Amino acid sequence: MDHQAVNRESLLDRLRPHVPWGLTTPREERGRAIILVTVGALLDVLGAARDRLGLDMLVDLTAWDRVPASPRFEVVYLLGRAGSADRLTVKVRADGDPPRLPTATGLYRAAAFAEREVYDMFGVLFDGHPDLRRILMPDDWEGHPLRRDYSLSEEPVEFHGHTPKVPSAIIPYFPPGSGSGSGGTTPPGAGAGGAE
Amino acid sequence: MSDAEVLTLNVGPQHPGTHGVLRVVVELEGEIIRRATPEIGYLHTGIEKEMEARTYLQNVTLVDRIEYLASYNEEMAFYQAVERLLGVEPPPRARAIRILMCELNRIGSHLMFLAAGTLDVNVTSVFMYAMTDRERYLDLSEMLSGQRMMPGYFRPGGVAQDLPDGFVAAARTFLDGLPGRLDEYERLLSDNLIWRERLEGVAPLSREDAIALGATGPVLRGSGVAHDCRKVLPYGGYDEYDFDVPVRAEGDAYARYLVRMEEMRQSRRIALQVLDRLPDGPIIVDDRKIALPPRAELARSMEAVIHQFKLVSEGIHPPAGDSYVATESPRGEKGYFIVSDGSNHPVRAHVRAPSFYNLQTLPAMVEGYPLSDLVVAIASMDIVLGDIDR
Repeated sequence: MDHQAVNRESLLDRLRPHVPWGLTTPREERGRAIILVTVGALLDVLGAARDRLGLDMLVDLTAWDRVPASPRFEVVYLLGRAGSADRLTVKVRADGDPPRLPTATGLYRAAAFAEREVYDMFGVLFDGHPDLRRILMPDDWEGHPLRRDYSLSEEPVEFHGHTPKVPSAIIPYFPPGSGSGSGGTTPPGAGAGGAE
Repeated sequence: MSDAEVLTLNVGPQHPGTHGVLRVVVELEGEIIRRATPEIGYLHTGIEKEMEARTYLQNVTLVDRIEYLASYNEEMAFYQAVERLLGVEPPPRARAIRILMCELNRIGSHLMFLAAGTLDVNVTSVFMYAMTDRERYLDLSEMLSGQRMMPGYFRPGGVAQDLPDGFVAAARTFLDGLPGRLDEYERLLSDNLIWRERLEGVAPLSREDAIALGATGPVLRGSGVAHDCRKVLPYGGYDEYDFDVPVRAEGDAYARYLVRMEEMRQSRRIALQVLDRLPDGPIIVDDRKIALPPRAELARSMEAVIHQFKLVSEGIHPPAGDSYVATESPRGEKGYFIVSDGSNHPVRAHVRAPSFYNLQTLPAMVEGYPLSDLVVAIASMDIVLGDIDR
């Protein structure tokens, strides 16, 4: 397991001279080098990681909804280097309606599909993306399904007496540190019917 | 050339060459593809959303169905991330069994590539042989977990059951016969003029494009990059085994085929090492907050009954935080980005799907080449639509 941690200290240290360090929050957690950056510094950090550290692969790009925290969305860029153990996780938080971020497609072409998915699922707009359309959901879909306030339910079907089920009813949500036998509660940020 | 001479053609979503429901919009100038745009989402079932509403143990059922040709590898990726959050590591015997099953699954998955890939190029006899061989792997999976596909066999901190009687011998029989049969398939294909002409130099992907577009797995290694997460970012105990990472520099469909053929031999090598030095001992961690108590304890210990009840009715509570562990599925880097808030459900579970990123290389492979290369390109990428659409 420790092999994944090779070079991690030097990775953040090597990045330090090339980025506006005051606008970032670096940390190391469970063997990963993670750097939280401001929206304005995002492209500087990604560019420095690619050109100065040789992190030539955008391994993954995704997001999650931090509701009710603000800024609400955290977009996560996982950078790597082909043939090497170097890994850097870049996180950026976006708020607003709709939330906006600059696109990373100019630096990493692999971001094209992934940014479309984040837009589709969370409604984060990537300024400058060449083809920002929905990717997994139908083009005319309304809403962004992976937002926490988008409630999970079955699609209604035309059978008499059919009530759409909510999967979370099967094993309820137990918040952190809940006592035993509490029966579970509604997850924070879950929309109507989140745990009914 | 004017717009009137450009023909826009939909390939798929219902098309035997797309291995699922994939649509590719191609703009043709005569027979030459000027632009290819993959359109995906036809198999989107909202697995990532659904995972947020279920406990970690329930989620395995969903996880198995993502890259359904490599469910053991998928479970491996999922539990690596969960165990990193929990801070536990399975005992040596469980790690060895996991690696054994992942490598057998890799062989099974690559045999499926061989079967489907040859069928796409109309080499039907190899399709039959490879499927027969894959059946032998499926029998092993059934013997171990009761399931041919979607086994649900791994558990947080270990595996569900120990190897059944006769499994080691059965696995050896399968592995012992494998090289001879692989040689036979290779003789059938490498001496086959049609197969060579349809694959050599077709669907080329340069090293630079492969890296920039996020390709991983045999697609990346077929373009000359020695990048295998089992080697560069060892996880789950892979650093204890000897194996080579096959790489081809050509970057064409034939190179990707050769990489996979050699990977099957390397997987066999790892699996045989596991069988040779299979450690004794427990198959799951001894932490009652993570693993169910043994059945025998339930009759004697009230505490065991309570632990059993809590785990079944509520599940595990990984500490708050996020985790990602890179693993190597048969298609490339597979990893789960899991965010936990300390509750029994993940706040977010994202799958880094190798097929999703590999598919982005399709336009680079086919633009400027004849339409007939499209099917070969898709076959050589070995995509799983369940992995792309999730």
